[in-house]
Amino acid sequence: MVETLAVYRRLIGARIRSQYQYRASFALFSVGQFLTTFVDFLALLVVFTHVRQLAGWSVWQVAFLYGLSGVAFSLADVFVSQVEYLPDHVKGGTFDHFLVRPRGALFQLCAEEFELRRLGKLVEGGLVLALACGRVGVHWTAARIIVTAVSAMSGAVIFGSVWVVGAACNFWLIDAREVVNSFTYGGNFLTQYPLPIYGVVLRRILAFVVPLAFVSFFPALYVLGKHDPFTSLGFVRFLSPLVAGATLVVARLAWNAGVRHYRSTGS
Amino acid sequence: MYWEVAKRGFRRYSTYRAATVAGVVTNSVFAFIRAYILIAIFRQRAHIGGFDVRDALTYTFVSQGFLMPMAMFGWYDIEQRVRTGDIVSDLYRPVDFQGYWFALDGGRALYQAMARGVPPVLVGAVFFSLRAPPVAALPVFAVSCVLGLAVSFALRFLTNLLSFWIIDVRGPAQVLVMVELFLGGVVLPIALFPRTLEVLARALPFASIAQLPLEVYLGKHPGVDALTTLAVQAAWAAALLLAGRAVLGAVMRKLAVQGG
Amino acid sequence: MTQELIQLRDVTKTFTVARKAGRVRRRFEQVHAVDHISFTVAQGTMVGYIGPNGAGKSTTIKMLTGILVPTSGQVRVAGLEPSRNRVELARRIGVVFGQRTQLWWDLPLRDSFDLLRSIYRVPGARHARNMAAFTELLDLAPFLDVPVRQLSLGQRMRGELTAALLHDPDIVYLDEPTIGLDVVSKAQVRDFLTGINRERGTTVLLTTHDLSDIERLCRRILIIDLGHVIYDGDLPTIRRRFGDERTLVVDLEEAGPPIDVPGAVVDRVEGSRQWLRFHGHQLSASELVARVAERVRLVDLAVEETDIEDVVRRIYLTGRS
Repeated sequence: MVETLAVYRRLIGARIRSQYQYRASFALFSVGQFLTTFVDFLALLVVFTHVRQLAGWSVWQVAFLYGLSGVAFSLADVFVSQVEYLPDHVKGGTFDHFLVRPRGALFQLCAEEFELRRLGKLVEGGLVLALACGRVGVHWTAARIIVTAVSAMSGAVIFGSVWVVGAACNFWLIDAREVVNSFTYGGNFLTQYPLPIYGVVLRRILAFVVPLAFVSFFPALYVLGKHDPFTSLGFVRFLSPLVAGATLVVARLAWNAGVRHYRSTGS
Repeated sequence: MYWEVAKRGFRRYSTYRAATVAGVVTNSVFAFIRAYILIAIFRQRAHIGGFDVRDALTYTFVSQGFLMPMAMFGWYDIEQRVRTGDIVSDLYRPVDFQGYWFALDGGRALYQAMARGVPPVLVGAVFFSLRAPPVAALPVFAVSCVLGLAVSFALRFLTNLLSFWIIDVRGPAQVLVMVELFLGGVVLPIALFPRTLEVLARALPFASIAQLPLEVYLGKHPGVDALTTLAVQAAWAAALLLAGRAVLGAVMRKLAVQGG
Repeated sequence: MTQELIQLRDVTKTFTVARKAGRVRRRFEQVHAVDHISFTVAQGTMVGYIGPNGAGKSTTIKMLTGILVPTSGQVRVAGLEPSRNRVELARRIGVVFGQRTQLWWDLPLRDSFDLLRSIYRVPGARHARNMAAFTELLDLAPFLDVPVRQLSLGQRMRGELTAALLHDPDIVYLDEPTIGLDVVSKAQVRDFLTGINRERGTTVLLTTHDLSDIERLCRRILIIDLGHVIYDGDLPTIRRRFGDERTLVVDLEEAGPPIDVPGAVVDRVEGSRQWLRFHGHQLSASELVARVAERVRLVDLAVEETDIEDVVRRIYLTGRS
């Protein structure tokens, strides 16, 4: 494990050194990444010039959702989203290079396509989360801080798993990238707002099928001390790590099945 | 001649059918999320900036339909040719360079308007009660869309030409894309902006790409007002296309000095 | 008795290919890329594995490296079953994909070796020893600090070979290791492979279109076509039967009928250019040129060695297996 992490660090270091050769474009790309999600935050602020609350959530409470979802999403974006390049590697034959090396193919793919400029999004999400934490007016107990941190990680695992499942689908379909986008980028956008504003079908999907509700909404209920409009089961708001574990298992299975399919068909 | 080029642009894009379906799904999902947010707002206030909830929902689904035809997520076809060096032979072809690419882009836009523009609106109409455009506004809407495309193309043409001076133009282009999406009213209708931001957004060319055609679609510019709207769009299109020609001239001089 | 490092027994790989039938409907067809192949390779040998494109070469290699799982039959490499022990096997094999680089494109060549060292967990001392040896053998020193994208084809191939061998594999698979290289680089690559094979006992399986690669390197060749092994034996036999056929290409001053020369047959005529096939041991090229020059006026000429694909085709036609 420690050894694998060391290899990971070296592979990522190599990527950063390659990209460092194109410094100027790197800076502007990072700004672009920052703006990609920042415009959604601006929109959120604009929305709250017309209303004082949305479904009972104040502007900084929604900003907390936004920040939490943003950090989770961008962590997955930095470390896992690269799997969406899988079709290029399959088509170009370079996926075979991964398979003749003594490391996991998923591990190599994520390390090899690492892009530092995606950090721009993480910075943006982190800033908004910090801002919101200061303004939501809750007393920051150790428990609240831990739940916030743990759910950011859990959310990252959930988003990352969605990405991996989507990439694994590419072993069968040609280029499902855009559909995966509606779960990842769409999911990020969706989890920026409180769940009650959505229709009932969408809510059920988010709670039970693609469990994005556990990225920000349920943990935020605890952190912000809000009433749960859907269930009286108090433990639901602490379920995020378990849900993340479950999505991880699903992602692992889907990926393995995909690689098995590739190894029997060669395409 | 330009007609032939446009047909080529149309055909080139019509080959990716699976990707088109996938893209429509994505656009529709985003439209749904935006729709729910807007419903939540309008539940508390019946009218904002002259929009009611039906206007806002219609706006959302139609604006998602504008994304691809107007290539609002970025477009690097010329930049690619600059990078590979193929551009030099393009420039010395006996066709007007800007006209050639505009025709090609027109074909592309027409295909995407049909394949990616209309479906999200139909999807939205199934689940929500959307507003149909007033019949009288339809011809104006059509002209407005073409002018919107001209503005969009002119901006993309300019940024793509920058690649003669900047190694990787995609960074700046990405920044422009985000500014365009926000100030162009795709993230949120400009009508919902605070007063000063709305004035700023309306003073910039980005509003001409999607916001103005969408307002025409909603019947917000009846009668003479329609002509004013078209005039604004036409002015931006002309100014930006001319700016593109000026930059193209600079490119040609640069190439002449460097000998290709 | 030598140890059999590679064993294939009755191995078949079947792909399902979708063919269009009508506008929407598709028909699915079974294609046997590799069809009941059996062979073994002893440790320390160099084997040429050749055949025309689409014959099943790369499918075989992919099964031997654990990339593809065979449909039926048994594959064992270094005592392991590739499809089950992919990661374990990966430490014991090296692969060079001729056309596609496995080096880090934007970084100095040296960095690729360092990265591979940690990927393969090669102990530091052994890595240093190997690096020193390969740097000397392949003359890598002048371009170790040059980014891979700036290397010439020959330099890059030397880098690829080093990358494939740094972890001391028992077997290397080389896919077209000399394609596109100049004469000097080719010789350097071949000398290197001979040395590695002799000194380290590395088993080499080589696919190539270049018959002279095989000639310089391999005692044994395996020819595959349409998924079957159609020849398994030594090179001299093949050479005697087919390989010394050569072709003289002549450009004449003006187009004419096929030249009638004893000892040679005109294969092809294209305008003023003609192709004459002849047997090298019956007639020397200079003799033939002299005979041709007596009959027609020559502008230019060239002697072509027999293409390996021609050899394969002829073996296949004569039904030898």
